[in-house]
Amino acid sequence: MNNYQIGIDIGSTCAKAVVLSSDKKILQRVLLPTGWSSVDTAEKLKEALGPWLPEADTVATGYGRACVPYAGRSVTEITCHGRGAAYLFGGPELTVIDIGGQDTKIIRLEQGQVSDFLMNDKCSAGTGRFLEIMAGTLGLRLEELCELASTGGGTSISSMCTVFAESEVTSLIGRGEKRENIAYAVVDSIVTKVMSQASRLLQGAGRVCLTGGLCELSYLRQALKKKLGRDVLTSPDARYAGAIGAALLAGKGAA
Amino acid sequence: MADYVQMWKDLGMDLENHDLLCQVLPTAVGDVFLSQENRPKAMDFWDLVISEVHGIRPAELIEEQKKGRKVFGTFCVYVPDEVVIAANGIVTGLCGGSQFWVPDGEAVLPKSTCPLIKASVGARLGRTCPFFRIADMYVGETTCDGKKKAYEILGEDVPMYVMDVPQMKRPEDILKWKNEIAAFARRVEEFTGNEITPEKLNEAIQLVNAKRRALQRVYDARKSECLPISGRDALLMMQIAFFDDPARCAQMCNRLADELEDRIRDGVSVVPHGTKRILVTGTPLAVPNWKLHNIIETSGAAVVCEEMCTGTRYFENLVDETKTTLDEQFMALSERYMKTNCACFTPNTGRIDDILRMVKEYKVDGVIDCSLKFCCLYDTEKYSVSRALKEAGVPILSLETDYTDTDAEQLRTRIGAFVEMLDA
Ligand code: SF4
Ligand code: SF4
Repeated sequence: MNNYQIGIDIGSTCAKAVVLSSDKKILQRVLLPTGWSSVDTAEKLKEALGPWLPEADTVATGYGRACVPYAGRSVTEITCHGRGAAYLFGGPELTVIDIGGQDTKIIRLEQGQVSDFLMNDKCSAGTGRFLEIMAGTLGLRLEELCELASTGGGTSISSMCTVFAESEVTSLIGRGEKRENIAYAVVDSIVTKVMSQASRLLQGAGRVCLTGGLCELSYLRQALKKKLGRDVLTSPDARYAGAIGAALLAGKGAA
Repeated sequence: MADYVQMWKDLGMDLENHDLLCQVLPTAVGDVFLSQENRPKAMDFWDLVISEVHGIRPAELIEEQKKGRKVFGTFCVYVPDEVVIAANGIVTGLCGGSQFWVPDGEAVLPKSTCPLIKASVGARLGRTCPFFRIADMYVGETTCDGKKKAYEILGEDVPMYVMDVPQMKRPEDILKWKNEIAAFARRVEEFTGNEITPEKLNEAIQLVNAKRRALQRVYDARKSECLPISGRDALLMMQIAFFDDPARCAQMCNRLADELEDRIRDGVSVVPHGTKRILVTGTPLAVPNWKLHNIIETSGAAVVCEEMCTGTRYFENLVDETKTTLDEQFMALSERYMKTNCACFTPNTGRIDDILRMVKEYKVDGVIDCSLKFCCLYDTEKYSVSRALKEAGVPILSLETDYTDTDAEQLRTRIGAFVEMLDA
């Protein structure tokens, strides 16, 4: 058993790492853009983790989890996000909505263990990628899009498919629809998609939390809350949920 | 590999395109099968057959055709092999399991057709599968809508006979299926020129029952805590059973079962103790569709049973061998075949009972319910399947996939997380 536990989460847009002390306190957080190559990203993380690495048990997760040669083993992001969320939000029952760059996961936890999960299929609607593409079409940054959306209303996008939704947005722009209304429709569309995807698991009791790269967009959380009719928790560490979960599992040896 | 080029040419195949298929298959076989450790020795037979899947058996079929025998190609486990065999005909399965054939199928079918149908139509129209060239007659059936309509298109290119499968299982439906079997028998007699006598039909019933018993023996061995064979190897055996001569199939499966029973006695397992045991249920996995099993078994779990047409639905339930008139025999056949629980029927609660029973029999830790994309029937039935399993406290993962490899990583994550959940 080493002194530290490190979790590394290489996602499609960002790579995250967390160092835990032996009493499970977060000692260090690292955040890097993933860039083109998971291998390079893993190398950069290694530098940042230099002081702890030799004395740590390390687990990798995320879609680049196979590209971390210095990790003892890899665990899927579903298990890690679930464990990380349980660490951050606790409770006997918890439903985690994780909207990531390329996929959206809904994870059900009972007594801190994953009991069921859903993941979006190949399609990018309902993921961070969808918001990014739409923001791009509107000439906005993600944060700007969400801020604008909070002042808009009255419009909707009917298509669930990213490609068709994009042309809908273009025609709304052409029609002279106000940008805030279009932004509102974009956020409304992703929330609707996530909700319909999650409905089966959201029937369960307990609290709901939002993790993943998009949890810092406060209007998105507002919109989710409103649609759900339930509070949606988050935390400044929520985007590290996967890395935290991986670090927690690093303490468990081979599962 | 022996030289089959002349044979393929004589069959009117598109050699250039077919070469592409021949190039990828050995790598796939190597990755999925030969890379496994501690395989049963008796798998050497199936390794050989699959390595020359477009050579060995097609050559045999052509030899038999030269002697005047007819080859019938089928697409569903509802079509009774016994009737064809009683008329000295040969049955070969024709379901396409590779993405390779899908584009040729999409040339005539809507994109939103299940890949099994697209691949089957593509294999015929693209002239890239010898079995689809060899079959003298195709036998279709009115199961799902996609197949019904595809048979109309195939029927323009090859002699086609379609059996009218009932959609319910009331007594009148069983009677109706009996009459369909009788009508099929008359058509087979006409086509082969051979009379079907009660004696010949009885022999055929015994032959096919023997094959079913042999397949069941292999599956029985998979029930052991000491798992003597991987899911991948068992699946390969199942898939080839649709193409092989039934007597040889029974012989080879019994030979394999002997070895598996020895292994259980000697405590030889292909996986470490405690490896999670998975039951796979859903739509058929036609050769060479090994994606699902390969991902499951390289994610730390083992497949111990397939509740599928390429699995238990093919061999469970025997035909009564004691009947002596054609009329009684046709009824006995109907009764056996109508016990197969396919999502084309309504209601289909028997399938749920089967799954729950198999969970116990095969000591299953978790179920993966996987259907082919655009198969509305099995996709819809996922709801009742997962509800029943949840009620029984059995973990279940529902998946949908096609023949492409583009979703392999996604599947790997889901299946990996499911196995982690079982291990936790
Ligand atoms: S799934 Fe149904 S239609 Fe398909 S082969 Fe099986 S019994 Fe026939
Ligand atoms: S998998 Fe479904 S859609 Fe495809 S042939 Fe079978 S029943 Fe029809």
